This record gives sequence, C-alpha cells and structure tokens, in this order.
Amino acid sequence: MAANRGGSHPGLWLLWIVVTLALGVWLGYRMLSSDDKQIFMPGPMTGGHHQIGVACTVCHTDPLGGSGVMQEACVDCHGADRKKPFDSHPRTKFTDPRNADSLDNINALQCITCHVEHQPDMTAKNGVTQPADFCVHCHADIGDDRPSHRDMTFDSCNNAGCHNFHNNRALYTDFLIKHLYEPDLLETRTLPEREFAGLLEELGDYPSDRYPVQQLNADDSDAPDTAQLDSGAARDWLETAHARSGVNCSACHRATTDNETAVWTNHPDHNACAQCHNLEVERFGRGKHGMRLAAGLPPMTPAQARLPMKTDAAHQELGCSTCHPAHRFDVREAAVEACLGCHDDRHSTAYRQSPHYRLWEKEIAGTGEPGSGVSCAGCHMPRVNFDVNDWVSRIMVEHNQNATLSPNEKMIRPACLHCHGLGFTLDALADPALIDNNFQGRPSVHVDSMALAEADKKRAEEEIEGTE
Amino acid sequence: MKHLRKSLIGLGVAFAVAGLASAIAATDAMNKPSITPKAMADALHLVMDSDRTIYTRKIVNRLVKKEKVITASEHFEDDKALVLPAQMFRFGSELVAQRAEDMPDVKFSYSLQSLWPVNKQNAPKTDAEKSGLKYVAENKGQNYYTEEKLGDTNYFTAVYADVAVAPVCVSCHNDHKDSPKRDFKIGDVMGGVVIRIPLDG
Repeated sequence: MAANRGGSHPGLWLLWIVVTLALGVWLGYRMLSSDDKQIFMPGPMTGGHHQIGVACTVCHTDPLGGSGVMQEACVDCHGADRKKPFDSHPRTKFTDPRNADSLDNINALQCITCHVEHQPDMTAKNGVTQPADFCVHCHADIGDDRPSHRDMTFDSCNNAGCHNFHNNRALYTDFLIKHLYEPDLLETRTLPEREFAGLLEELGDYPSDRYPVQQLNADDSDAPDTAQLDSGAARDWLETAHARSGVNCSACHRATTDNETAVWTNHPDHNACAQCHNLEVERFGRGKHGMRLAAGLPPMTPAQARLPMKTDAAHQELGCSTCHPAHRFDVREAAVEACLGCHDDRHSTAYRQSPHYRLWEKEIAGTGEPGSGVSCAGCHMPRVNFDVNDWVSRIMVEHNQNATLSPNEKMIRPACLHCHGLGFTLDALADPALIDNNFQGRPSVHVDSMALAEADKKRAEEEIEGTE
Repeated sequence: MKHLRKSLIGLGVAFAVAGLASAIAATDAMNKPSITPKAMADALHLVMDSDRTIYTRKIVNRLVKKEKVITASEHFEDDKALVLPAQMFRFGSELVAQRAEDMPDVKFSYSLQSLWPVNKQNAPKTDAEKSGLKYVAENKGQNYYTEEKLGDTNYFTAVYADVAVAPVCVSCHNDHKDSPKRDFKIGDVMGGVVIRIPLDG
C-alpha cells in the first residue's frame, strides 16, 4: 500500500523538490546576502554579547569562514586586553613549542576553547564554558610547588580573591605581600586626577590646527543664524571647558576634517565627540553601553538590557550626550545621576544610602576635597593611566564600564586600592550580600589569599636567614 | 655604420643577459638554504647574549649597583623600576613569537630556562631541555645540540649556558623569595637559553 501511495502521486514528489529547492535558495540568500541572519542563530547569546546578537556578521565576518574567522573577531574586540601585563596567559605563552603537550589537552590558542557562544546551558560565570577543573590540564602538580595548595579542591582555583586565568594583576603573591598589613581604610583616599588639556600637544591627533587652545567669548561663536541657538546653550558653552579650550560650535555641529563643506547638524552624534575624545568613544564602544553603536546598530536602550532598569527610561538611547547632556557636559551628572536614571538593581538603588555616596555628597558640596567622593563612575568607570599609543599615556575615564566588572577583582587596582587596603578589598568583593547593599557594613566573608602570601613571605625570609 | 649598429645591439644583448644572470644568481642566493640550523642558532644566540650582556652591564648594573640611582624589579611597572635583564630577554622572545606569526619563512623560538628557576614555569620541560641544561651546567663553555619532536614537528634544539655576568644577577637570584638556590657566584651557570628551529620546511 505504501509503495502504491508514493508511486501514484508524482505531483507530491515534484512539490517536495520545488519546496526543498526554494527553501535552499531562501536559506542561501539569508546566509550570503541578507543582513538578517538570525534564523541561523543556534541559541541565546551570553550577557556579554546579546546586545549585538542581531549583527551576526560582527563575529561571523565570513559566513563560510571557520574558527580562524571567529578567532579574529574575538581578538578584534578583546585582543588589547589579552596581552601582558593584563593577561597572565597571553597567546605567546602557548605558541612556544615547549607547551605543545599542554595544547593537546586544552587548545588555549583559540578563545572558543573556553568561551563558546550560544550555549547558555553550559556557560558559567564570566562566559566560561569549560568544566571548573580546567586549570589542572597544566597545573596538576601545583601542590609540589606550593604545599599550601595541596589540599585545595580542584574547582577552587577561580574562587573570589584567588586566581583569574586572564587578569591576575591584583592577585599574584608579590602584590599581596606588598599590600600586607594595610588598614581597611588608607590614610590618603583620593582618586587620581584626569589628564587631557595638559597633554594635547603630545596626543598628535587632537585637531588643534582647526581649534587652537584659547579662551573663546560669546562673540566668537561661529553658530549660523539658522541654528536658533537658545541662550541656555550659549551660556553653558561659555561656562565650560569647550569655550575655555577654543572648541567652537562648529567643532561638534560641523564635525568633519573639512569645515568648508561640512553641513551643520543640531544633534551631533558620538563621531563628533570622537574628533577630540577618540579614546573615550572607542572605549565606550567596547562596553555594553556603546557596543551596539560600535557595531553599526541603533543605540542601546535600557529596554534591551538584562539587568533591572527603570521603566520610564526604557527607551532612552545611549550615546555620549545621554550621560553628558549638551552643552554643559557635566561630568558630575554623568558620574551618578545618569547611571541612576536607568539602573534599578539592588546595588544601584542602595547607593544613596551607602558611605560612598556620603563622601560624594561632601565633595559636591565642597566640604570634601576633590577626588574624595565615590560616585558610580569612580568604581565602574575608574580613572586609569591609559596608553594613548606606544609612547604616550594619559589618565582618563575608562568608558568601557565592563572592563573592570567581571571578575570583579579587575576593579581592585584601578578603583578600590585608591582608598582601601587589599585584604579588606578582597573580602568585600567576595561578599555578594555586601555588594548588593552597596557596601553598607563590613564583609562577612574572609578570603585566605593574604594569609597564604604572608606565610610564603615568612618561609622565604627563614630560608634566606638560614643561608647567611 | 651597419657594423657599429650590430656591435651595439650585440653589446646590449650581452648586458641584458649578464643582468638577468646576476639577478637570477642573486635570487638564488636569497632563497638557497646556505646556513645550517646549528650556525643559525649560534648566530641568533650571539646576538641575544650580546644584547642582554650590554643591558645587564651598561644599564642595570651601572645604574643599580654603581650609580645607585634606580632599582630593577620584577614588578617594574608598580615599582617604577628597570626591567630585569631576564625579563628584557623574555619580552624580546615574546615579541619575536608574536611578529614571526606573520612571517612564514621565519620560524624559530627561544626561551630562558633554569634547573633552579625563580618561576617554576621556566623549569625544563622536554627531555632535550632537561639534558641540555644539565650538560651546559656541568660542561662549562660548551653548548648542547640535539633534535626533538614536539607535537607533530621536528626541531633542531640548541642549549647555551646562561652565566652570571654581573653582581646583580647573583644578588637578585640568591635573595629572591622563590629562588630554589641561594649560593650562586659570579661566573656560575644559572640556567640556559634554548633555541628551537623547526626542521620540517
């Protein structure tokens, strides 16, 4: 009967062939020519990439490319952070032929060995998709080198305050020893001052030929009459660093290298800011706030976030002027009010009850010295000495707020240690409840790292004494 | 006149042939393998060792021990100090590895290792490294050459003694928290430079 049914309906076979061919052509078009390739997405994306999930080609730059293409895409965005001293396991460690046997166990040359996308069921903290014992592939004999580690469990290497595979800068033994016996609160507690104006001549790509550094006055404004400038904007411009530094209206509103042909726009975007603040904009594009813009997508909105956000801010589009409203570009507003205008998680909502906020209030009121207040940005967008190029660095605000977020030990050096001792910091950052209430109280968790470092220091001192 | 023209044409052809021949010869000389792996390793080591000796003597030892104006530290960024000679060597090695990835014809790697490493990751790992470091420590002034297979690749591997040339080498290693040997003297073999050149094309 079955054979008869198949043989007696040649039209069905024809239909099947036509449908299959049509489906093949349609899928081929979507794969090779269409901008929308989401139909091929094998699963939800991690928290680090979901904002750009619709832009498949950011990572899959060649639809027919293999793992090499993926690796290039990873390095394109994350490569700068994957070098010494920010990475204790840089690529060069594994290209050395003497580590060929370790590579057989775990191919550390490919990011996707440990960070597979689209696999939420097997993705652990920090986007890691390896089992918790991956360190053992190369460090199985750690108990011989460090007897103190002999009885530790195989899955404890990455515990809070112990080791990070990549950025271990605040956790290595000598660093812990250097910071032994520090008080919870250091005697001097201020954040570093930003550097920009004083370094303009060294920056090279600052457009000082078009906008020489000089004080501009109201009469100097080069806004056209058609711009319908309101008095508030003019006053704000005059009272801020832009007018003081020779940055005229056209610098942002006619943003181009050729002023003669540029068209005036009432709403300059991040590209206008990038003419002078290129590093800030570039770093903004690396974090969750700006990565959609950097990928050529419409701006991020709180509605697309996975963290709790305020409903009335759901459709706020994130660009430079979202947090730095024109024409005041008030960095204090950007450091607290802008954040709390959207973020609605427990840590954020507890901020105004925290000791950090009390310090911020004092600084704003003028009773605390400059740099003594702790804003949201003070920790999440810390002031870091950033390499402008191979030869020049400047202290600037790290606009990639994710650079210091996960694992949170990355925040220790650029933020916490300006005010706190390392031992206290390790304990505080290992205490999820304390983080939730925005550090109201003392840590209820204790990390052993400082004690282990102290024991190692004493062991070495006794050894050296014994040989003298 | 006709004779002169013929002569000029003949001369032109002769020059052209000679030019072509010398160009081919030059290309051959560029491409023909004319250096043994051993000679190449020896030459590379001579450059590496000379550069590091100059850095150790004329920069680190002079400024730290003689003029006492700055320190040298393993954590040079945090301590605002000079890079240690061994670190300068390693940074060079890492930069070479990084740059050589884009140069298919340039395939070699090198590392600084020791039987008494401050960092355990720099202890010998392969059989050739273990034998080589032992040999150069026990036979002063002699190098060690062998072949080994790592992964799917055969290598020519050379090991050269790394000798304590300055007081800073000795004091740093003897006083380091993680040093497994604390009685080095100037002139002692402290470790070895391992150079690898792949033999499989």
